[in-house]
Amino acid sequence: MNRIVTLLAAVSAAALAANAGEAKTLRWSANTDIATLDPYAHTESFTTAMLHHVFDPLVRRGRTMQLEPALATGWKAIKPDTWRFELRRGVKFHNGNAFTADDVVASVTRLIDPATRAKGNLSAVIKAEKVDDFTVDLVTKGPYPLLLNDLAGIYIMDKEWMEANGALKAGNISTGATTAASTSAIGTGPFKLESYKPDAGTNMVVNADWWDKPEHNVTRIEFKPIKSDATRVAALLSGELELIAPAPLQDLARIGAASGFKVIEEPALRLIFLGLNHRPELLAMPGQKNPMLDLKVRQALWHAIDLDAIQKRVMRAKSRNTGTLVAPPVPGYAQANDALLGYDPEKAKKLLAEAGFPNGFKTGLACPNDRYINDEQTCVAIAAMWTRIGVQTELKTESRATYFPRIDKGEVDAFMLGWATLPPMDGFSVLSALLTEPKEAYGGSNRMGYVNARIEELTRLAAVELDEPKRRAMLVEALKIARDTVAYIPLHQQPVAWAARSGVEVPQFPDEYVRLWFAQVK
Amino acid sequence: MLRFLIARLGQAALVMLAVAAVSFLMFRFVGDPVAGMVREDASVQEKAELRQALGLDQPVLVQFGRFLGRTIRGDFGVSYRNQRPVAALIAERLPATLELVLMATLLSLALGIPLGVLCALKPDGVAARLVQAVSLIGISTPTFVTGIVLILTFAVTLGLLPSFGRGQTVQLGPWSTGFLTVSGLKALVLPSITLALYQLTLIMRLVRSELIDVLSSDYIRFARARGLSLRRIHFTLALRNALMPVITVTGLQIGSLIAFAIVTETVFQWPGMGLLFIQAVSFSDVPVMAAYLLFVGLLFVLINTVVDLLYAVVDPRLRVKAS
Repeated sequence: MNRIVTLLAAVSAAALAANAGEAKTLRWSANTDIATLDPYAHTESFTTAMLHHVFDPLVRRGRTMQLEPALATGWKAIKPDTWRFELRRGVKFHNGNAFTADDVVASVTRLIDPATRAKGNLSAVIKAEKVDDFTVDLVTKGPYPLLLNDLAGIYIMDKEWMEANGALKAGNISTGATTAASTSAIGTGPFKLESYKPDAGTNMVVNADWWDKPEHNVTRIEFKPIKSDATRVAALLSGELELIAPAPLQDLARIGAASGFKVIEEPALRLIFLGLNHRPELLAMPGQKNPMLDLKVRQALWHAIDLDAIQKRVMRAKSRNTGTLVAPPVPGYAQANDALLGYDPEKAKKLLAEAGFPNGFKTGLACPNDRYINDEQTCVAIAAMWTRIGVQTELKTESRATYFPRIDKGEVDAFMLGWATLPPMDGFSVLSALLTEPKEAYGGSNRMGYVNARIEELTRLAAVELDEPKRRAMLVEALKIARDTVAYIPLHQQPVAWAARSGVEVPQFPDEYVRLWFAQVK
Repeated sequence: MLRFLIARLGQAALVMLAVAAVSFLMFRFVGDPVAGMVREDASVQEKAELRQALGLDQPVLVQFGRFLGRTIRGDFGVSYRNQRPVAALIAERLPATLELVLMATLLSLALGIPLGVLCALKPDGVAARLVQAVSLIGISTPTFVTGIVLILTFAVTLGLLPSFGRGQTVQLGPWSTGFLTVSGLKALVLPSITLALYQLTLIMRLVRSELIDVLSSDYIRFARARGLSLRRIHFTLALRNALMPVITVTGLQIGSLIAFAIVTETVFQWPGMGLLFIQAVSFSDVPVMAAYLLFVGLLFVLINTVVDLLYAVVDPRLRVKAS
């Protein structure tokens, strides 16, 4: 029997070899499906990553995440609030239409329309102006250093197609309007959309007329979302898929041990940390002064967490412990800020006593159980560690659907939060969303009352600083203050783990995007 | 009869209203859709604008009134997540679920009835005891375990059947069917077995007890005394009478099969309504969740109303009472 199987395998391998250089299909799966094909009608990074195969932005992230020319070949700021972009010539959309400045203007106008869901992705731009067929000016609200970062996630659509299909405005949920763009996609990207069936599969074929020199040999992509972890792994092992991303951590050992398969991992951009209540009272101790207002208490809570144990036991040695709020590839990261405070329960108890709580106090700890990798188990471990130094911790875990609204309302004492600085991939997003007081465009995710005058100042300065080294220095300074004042307790950097059939080479990126225009299938 | 009909339809309408109210109120507490809809670093202002656009800043009663008004007009709204009309999303998924439920029902009848007969006719035989024991496992194993075990056996180890999805489907107008391709039929096997298992054991046990009941009744004894062949007695006389309740139960169970297909559809990534609902739950996609619950509610109400009406036709006593 075994011999027959080997023989059959040899025959089919020979048949495959005969076809080499022809059809290379890559079938892959993720745990969720794309939300829509309309690049401006969603704010999900997974959907953005998938649509990047069909659409191109003006500037894109290259192999090392550097920003590089895509549909724009060059750019410069001609005024503090105006950027001029030179567009690539000879580019064609998948329907044969030529790419020109009109497409960029129509796309940007569609995106920044007040009724468009994703308008926040380019909130600094107030208008796009055509200079000539291959030159476009983007006008910003004021000096804006992160324009290129934002543009890397803004895909250019075809104006003629949008006009012909009544899709010049994106779908709008309040009026119930939907457009053809949610179910069909015409871009300039490396692959053309062939079919899209929600929850069943999205197929793409290679775009032979792509303007860039392909670094891949894939002729066809079949994406099949599989929500259940166990089924996704089974589908890979049974040979129905070439790649799964993400691969569940608990199955990595099993996949690695199976012959013909491999696990690929890399640290992701997403950092996990604990937020703390900086308001006058803890919800767990109404009527009393909030112990967490004392820096020593916050340090004690940090010293009490045995990060190594969590890394080894809960994260199966796949995560990287961190002492700061941004990952190493992100602007604003500084090695000096990343030092761990160190696990020291004795010191923690001493600090608590010095702060006037020798017998500890009571606090809640809120965690999601379906959002981050092993989120619930991590929190169970932390609750036990805090209880050990005398802080009675009441753990509450729940689904992301109810968890995040609770965080938004600030109905928690200590809570888990993950932050990847996406889409801009810049440390500024930590400052503007997590460390500033909720006012106007700032502090969107800081409901815990943390306010620091110097950080407020630095954030507003960095927002308009066009000199990059100066801007980075401001980010680093703000993140140092956040660390010194224990605004949050950093825990670890999540891993990206994928699994693939041997012979499939797919580079990984810390933003967890699957970029199959770099894939090689043997 | 007419009065009976009107009374039943009135009750059905009331039940639907209750379902609408419950589903609407329930989703007020499953989470805030806004949190899942905005960018990670969205500002307070952005979130407030979106909340306003969705009408979530209005009082609950106003929101319920609007929801009811739209629903009565047949407008189920637009999905928060992918901004497509909910009615279109459900219509797109309906064929997958119905085909799966149809296969599961056929399978459970085709296997359940013969096995039930076997257990009734030879209650002490080895086969009957074995079937009885195995059926206990079938009734007590959770669906997702059955599904995963089947996948590991038939897809991973033996490589015979696909582990997920519907395979190739053929589009017949608005209906996408998997019945017309080999891969579509292969893809149906594991999910329909998984979904049918509980139903199968139910039917088997029902047939068994009904048949044992009928076999001990007088007319069977007389038929034996008359010297009719056992085969004729068992299959023509007894089984036919034993099947009456089975038909009722099967009909009523179709509703719950559609509702319980959620787990099977999740395990096998079957692109039906159950999977749509599960996705909607994890994104707090309220319009989709509400429409799904209304649909399942409507299905139950319809089936039960039809069954009640049929009873009234069959059983004159019910008609008398009503008039």
